[in-house]
Amino acid sequence: MADQLDLLWPVLIPITTAALAACFWYNIKVQRIISFIGLVLLFAASVKLTMTVVEQGVIAKQFGGWAPPFGISFVADPLAAALVAITGLLALTVGIFGFYDVRARHERAGFYPLFHGMITGVNGAFLTGDAFNLYVWFEVMLITSLGLLVISRSREQLDGTIKYGILNLFGTILFLIGLALLYGATGTLNMADLARVLPGMTMTPGLMTAAMLFLAAFAIKAGLFPLFFWLPASYHTATFAVGAIFAGLLTKVGVYATFRTFTLLFLIEGETLRYVFTFIAAMTMITGVFGAAVQWNIRRILSFHIISQIGYMLMGLAIATPIAWAGASFYIIHHIIVKANLFLLAGAIRAAGGSDDLRKTGGLLKSHPWLAVLFLIPALSLAGLPPLSGFWAKFLVIDASLRAEYYGLAAVALVVGVLTLFSMMKIWMEAFWKASPVKPSRRRHVPLAFIIPIAMLGAVTMTIGLFADPFVTYARNAAEVLVDPPLYIAPVFGAEAAAEAGALIAGEAVEAEMIDNGPVDGVEEEVR
Amino acid sequence: MTFLYAAAIAAYSGCGLYLMLSRHVVRIILGLALLTNGAIFLIFFSGRIGAMQPAVIPLGDKQLALDAANSLPQALALTAIVIGFALTAFAVALLVAAYKRLDTLDAREMTAAEDMGSPFLPPDGRPAEGRPAEGRPAEGRPAEEPAAAGRKSDEVKTNG
Repeated sequence: MADQLDLLWPVLIPITTAALAACFWYNIKVQRIISFIGLVLLFAASVKLTMTVVEQGVIAKQFGGWAPPFGISFVADPLAAALVAITGLLALTVGIFGFYDVRARHERAGFYPLFHGMITGVNGAFLTGDAFNLYVWFEVMLITSLGLLVISRSREQLDGTIKYGILNLFGTILFLIGLALLYGATGTLNMADLARVLPGMTMTPGLMTAAMLFLAAFAIKAGLFPLFFWLPASYHTATFAVGAIFAGLLTKVGVYATFRTFTLLFLIEGETLRYVFTFIAAMTMITGVFGAAVQWNIRRILSFHIISQIGYMLMGLAIATPIAWAGASFYIIHHIIVKANLFLLAGAIRAAGGSDDLRKTGGLLKSHPWLAVLFLIPALSLAGLPPLSGFWAKFLVIDASLRAEYYGLAAVALVVGVLTLFSMMKIWMEAFWKASPVKPSRRRHVPLAFIIPIAMLGAVTMTIGLFADPFVTYARNAAEVLVDPPLYIAPVFGAEAAAEAGALIAGEAVEAEMIDNGPVDGVEEEVR
Repeated sequence: MTFLYAAAIAAYSGCGLYLMLSRHVVRIILGLALLTNGAIFLIFFSGRIGAMQPAVIPLGDKQLALDAANSLPQALALTAIVIGFALTAFAVALLVAAYKRLDTLDAREMTAAEDMGSPFLPPDGRPAEGRPAEGRPAEGRPAEEPAAAGRKSDEVKTNG
């Protein structure tokens, strides 16, 4: 029972923090203290959850004591638990970064309640085991992130927020339509229950439409080709702290939802679906990296690189072998840390050089040499140079693609890696190496509140890179659950139901048995 | 009957999508609201229409009546209505704020975010000699409108 509570804290702590901070709306100092305590507690709780999952495997909780398919379930498998832990780490580091970056007027506009509200949505989306509940968390995340994005109410932010908001709203509506079709066909929205029911059903047009609507909706959320345009149109307008947490987490929630849907509910099988996924993955990688090549604003470069890196994760999903999924899980974890760190560094470069536009800054190698070191860690990791975490991530994914004989995909991934290096070198040359185009009137200091989180995340990147083995093992465990849906079903429905489902999934290829029960009949049978 | 419902959903979604294709941001928001309603109807009807009995267990009985309505889609639809309402309200508030700052509701003229650090503009973010920048429509822009005249632009140019 106590273990089940572990599942609750990563959502309960931020939502309580948000509510408390909102209660002290006019007392900024109290809000700051509450917020920081909340972040520390959240980090502790998310680490605890991961440790519990490592010890006991997948854990689940039913809300309100309802029997499984009726109430809302929360399920933590290794992938979700790791993502929650990273969210806790990222929230804490960005919180520290925010000590300096978040201005008083942002605080008065409700920064802390919004920030913690967004973390609630992210953690909820990672942990929920119910498809409709996932929609609710998506919306929690969306509305708080809209508030965070527009927090300065500048012209750029208002414009960027409109684009971000409209396209993401459209995405959630597609998700909702997909949910309606799925419910109409199956009579359930509990993910574990869906994983039990769906393998026995034939792929009717309605189900196929639902699957493709999910893909489109999550593609908008994750920034996949060709639906990524909202991302580079808005992320560079946010404040630096907000930009970092967005870059690290929001698109990855979409990636996680894609993984959950297409490993648990609909399986990637058959030539067409495989072709669609590999095509999207390759195009996402290519368009992202070429989009970045032309940019001069650091955060615009990085925004496009989010897209190209998402392509690698989708590539892992598309190959659909256990090692590919392990590689992709590793990739997600590595990428969240590195990308958020780079967005924080954009803030530090601006503080040190006066601008985050590469054409207006320079000479930082001389004035802030340690900043150059801190930049090189995530930058080279993003490009995939050994011995940093990005090397192992790329190695695992590309190795899997070669083993599965996706040579074209592997070639694209390698070329995109080189082009990523080009972009990172561009930032390096322009911001650090070349002489500054403007004479600095005074020596600019980078506040300690910027250095600490950047160093922390850099240290994590180094740790993953130098001691990759435990992380790879963990990613393999995560992939095991993705490969074997009964492992996900068992904690929710019990071992028997999971074994039945396993037999059904295994037997599916042998006898394509049709279950012609209408959805309402199915529900009523379960009620009795 | 089912056909009627399907036609209603199609009408909602079709009108919503059509409005979303507009360049006028208010119309886009209205389109989103309609599309949300279409999705909500779809959820509602995905529980199948037919059973008219409320899903309440009579006193003394242990199970639902056979023809009880499926109450789950109603709960889902209610949730979606509340969320849709909140987001529409936020979107409208956002538009009011954007209209005050950007002075336009035409999506083509909303270029502030794109111009920020754009590689096609000089580094300071302002085009060399006033707008329009390269590749942007020259017409339809509130060119040198004297600010003193006030924003009399209740009729926002949408160019079709």
